Amino acid sequence: MSANRKRTRWLAAAAVLLVLAAVVSAHAEIPLAERRSSYADLAPETKAMQDDDTSNPGMLAVLDGEALWKTKAGNAGRACADCHADARVSMKGVAARYPAFEPALSRPVNLEQRINICRTERQQAQPFAYESKDLLALTAFVGLQSRGLPIAPPADARLRPFLDAGRETFNRRLGQLNLSCGQCHDDNWGKRLVGNIIPQAHPNGYPLYRLEWQSIGSLQRRLRNCMIGLRAEPYEYGAPEYVSLELYLMWRARGLPVETPAVRP
Amino acid sequence: MARALINVPAKAKRGEIITIKTLISHVMETGFRHNQIGVKIPRDIITSFACTYNGEEIFQADLYPAITANPFIAFTTIATESGTIAFTWRGDNGFSVAESVNITIE
Repeated sequence: MSANRKRTRWLAAAAVLLVLAAVVSAHAEIPLAERRSSYADLAPETKAMQDDDTSNPGMLAVLDGEALWKTKAGNAGRACADCHADARVSMKGVAARYPAFEPALSRPVNLEQRINICRTERQQAQPFAYESKDLLALTAFVGLQSRGLPIAPPADARLRPFLDAGRETFNRRLGQLNLSCGQCHDDNWGKRLVGNIIPQAHPNGYPLYRLEWQSIGSLQRRLRNCMIGLRAEPYEYGAPEYVSLELYLMWRARGLPVETPAVRP
Repeated sequence: MARALINVPAKAKRGEIITIKTLISHVMETGFRHNQIGVKIPRDIITSFACTYNGEEIFQADLYPAITANPFIAFTTIATESGTIAFTWRGDNGFSVAESVNITIE
């Protein structure tokens, strides 16, 4: 073998190694110590809006949710409060550990789906439509009971394949722009995309009030926004793909305090 | 039903400047938008807001289509005497909400 060919081979091997290194490092997760809520990037006015419960428009939905909590519904004629009593006690920390595994369905469900399961099975009522005012209100009310508590995804072995599926979705290139979630939110957070700071994409304030929406909205609404931005076709509301992604996002944000109902621009 | 959140200090010193903050849930539909099949969505906004302090009007505002959903209105007044601060919002389609809070002057 000539010296020249040997050198070419060596160069090719080095190039392959470099490409591999780039692929591996491109999907490096944010170190735990550097994780932060996008609250840190808010304008002072928006922070003030979130911090004061009488100026946070998300609290209007919470008030609606509190009323729904006490309202009897369905053929069973039961209210949430009839089984769960005082939400401040019974719902404390619940939002911090969802999505959770639902044995009857053999897959994880998020908080909205859990509320609807309770509604159809225990109250024997019609489920709320996804993203409806009532479902958002009740979810916000339940979410508020975990405000300030750290996100604590359950250590449930049955969730493992779904967590992996969520991670895979997060790192899969999507849409005509051919970008993955991770390329913005893992690799380039803190930089600017047009005028906006790219957030780390933590789901710690949902359902939250977004000034752009002029209403409260769910995490899945936000995920759909991102997918449409990538020019990908979004999944239907409530799709298992979203729940897996939510599960991964919660795991990725473990330890961050719940801010429900948060305010975002 | 429209929900309102009001923030007025429960107690104040005489002559003190107090901040009053109000937030009300309302869609504030402008009347300029069309739905998916091209039909105009009719205007549905709050058109006026007023605040009285023991019956005397201390703040009044007219609202227009460019104002955000869930309008937040904050203003200041001088705490003069103990009594009731009352708020009314009026709008399209007979929208009318009244709320009141008590304040004690020390």
